[in-house]
Amino acid sequence: MRKILLVGNPNVGKSVLFSRLTGVRTIASNYPGTTISYTQGFLKLGEEKVEIIDVPGTYSLEPNCEAEEIALQMLNTGDIAINVVNATNLERSLYLTLQLMERGTPLVIALNLWDDTTHRGIEIDLDKLRELLGVPVIPTVAVSGEGIKELVEQIPNATSPNIPSRTTAERWATIGEIIGQVQRIEHRHHTWLERLQDASVRPLTGGITAIGILIFTFLVIRFIGESLINYVLDPLFNTLWAPVVMALSNLLGGSGFLHDIVVGKVTGGEVNFVEAFGLLSSGLYVPFAMVLPYIVAFYFVLGLLEDVGYLPRLAILMDTIMHRLGLHGYAIIPNLLGLGCNVPAVLSTRILESKRERFIASTLVSIAVPCAALQAMIFGLVGQRGAQYVVMVYGTLFAVWILLGIIMHHAVKGFTPELLIEIPPYRMPPWPIAFQKLWMRIYAFLAEAVPIMLGAIVVINVLYSVHVFDAIANVTAPVITGLLGLPKEAVTSLFIGFLRKDVALGMLARLGLTSKQLVVASVVLAMFFPCIATFVVLLRELGVVDMLKSAGIMVLATLITGGLLNLIL
Amino acid sequence: MLHKNHNTLTKMQAGQSGTVVEIRGGFGLVRRLNALGIFPGKRITKISSMLARGPVTIEVDRGQVAMGFGMANRILVQLDVIQ
Repeated sequence: MRKILLVGNPNVGKSVLFSRLTGVRTIASNYPGTTISYTQGFLKLGEEKVEIIDVPGTYSLEPNCEAEEIALQMLNTGDIAINVVNATNLERSLYLTLQLMERGTPLVIALNLWDDTTHRGIEIDLDKLRELLGVPVIPTVAVSGEGIKELVEQIPNATSPNIPSRTTAERWATIGEIIGQVQRIEHRHHTWLERLQDASVRPLTGGITAIGILIFTFLVIRFIGESLINYVLDPLFNTLWAPVVMALSNLLGGSGFLHDIVVGKVTGGEVNFVEAFGLLSSGLYVPFAMVLPYIVAFYFVLGLLEDVGYLPRLAILMDTIMHRLGLHGYAIIPNLLGLGCNVPAVLSTRILESKRERFIASTLVSIAVPCAALQAMIFGLVGQRGAQYVVMVYGTLFAVWILLGIIMHHAVKGFTPELLIEIPPYRMPPWPIAFQKLWMRIYAFLAEAVPIMLGAIVVINVLYSVHVFDAIANVTAPVITGLLGLPKEAVTSLFIGFLRKDVALGMLARLGLTSKQLVVASVVLAMFFPCIATFVVLLRELGVVDMLKSAGIMVLATLITGGLLNLIL
Repeated sequence: MLHKNHNTLTKMQAGQSGTVVEIRGGFGLVRRLNALGIFPGKRITKISSMLARGPVTIEVDRGQVAMGFGMANRILVQLDVIQ
């Protein structure tokens, strides 16, 4: 089967175009480096079925980071390249185009973001461009689907115009000549969006913008999360689902092994959805009514910030601070993604250039950045005891993030390069694509969380009934009780934390902890070993040796922080 | 010595425009900047710089690029003369 690659600069819309061509859903955002690995899909070209591959963006064929290296490796495997070009910045895009032509890869050019050229006062002579480049050029608007049909029709006409290898300076000279002949720019006054753009990277106005966005983010997440819980999910569970569960409980005789697995513990003729710990009680309530609302809220806001194009600007503002942690500003992206889920966060460290940065960023994320599922439980369970306890948990984790970063900055060998990123223009989110992204993330959460949650409940109930945990609890008691001041049974939930942290915190709720113990337990759970999914990507991305180092730091940092908290509080 | 009208990107004022005359850096830096369309002869406009030796943002072609202070300090620009 022939392979067709989508190649181009970062943030020109390759992933959206890929979705249009193949129907395969992808996550697209408005910042360079959203795609850090390749995705494959299929397309029918008449009778022929071809494979389409979405390749991470690159500015040139000399890679500067892991994501660009992947792009280069992919290029060697393709038969045809669809070179996705940014119509609003033809100069920069053509550099890669010329390099592709020099390699002899048969090309079709998709001149994407075509709709943006008109209101930016850019006029491109398409016929002239086709003539000068000698390959098919099709204007496209990936977000609306414009030009996709024409692009597909032109794929068989992909050609390689066989141009000689050039030096860098010669390439830019050629580009200058082409641009001079095909592009006319009409001078435009700044639009309000462009003014806002500049304001968000100036020290004073940028700082105010960032603080404003932070407050907005927090309020919107709380509003969406709490509204969903209080007005939709809690009423659903309490009025509709509780009677069903109780009826089933009576049917199963009100207690016993099977009853406890299916329904959970029932006290006083009522089922407590958080503490019952049965498949149909906690097994559904925790993922759907406690965690899901915050997953929806968090990813809605994150998606908004991604699609508008704010994240690279935040990277500029944070650069000086991040350098103190041995990272540069763009490392704020893995850290923010980590607040949703640590798995894509660790993967996204591929946009960072050095091994040292990737190690520091991955370690920081997996230790000090709590994922949305755990945060939802912290809000839900610790929040009941009072806002000050939630502040303690977050304050501690933030302090650990900063201190650990500073320590690693001084201790980890290697160097951190300087920030160098393209800043995309602000754009209005393309709503259908934005909601598709939101849905994909919610679905990914449910598909992973619900089966593991249900599985964990069965396993825990079985292990409880054979008293396995009692033996473990006695062995680990010196650390759990002596150092951390938690009841020795808490070790069970720390073990379960390896599977899913939200379930683990739910289990702690049953132990009748004091508020102080709950704060210590939440922090320990957040910092201690990453969940299995994160563990696997850490292993894959860092390698065994660095993974072990990272894990060592993790255990040490957790015990020190937990022990100190226990002493201070 | 700097030419009278030459200045590094870090010392330029926000809003000033000019032409890149030299990148005082090694092969790697020159290559990375080059791929983003920043090389001698290119016209640029400075948008902003962050405090405390923070990154500098410039406009080049129709896009914006942000770079660390150290990098910006290595880029020499001939400023436009205002008549």
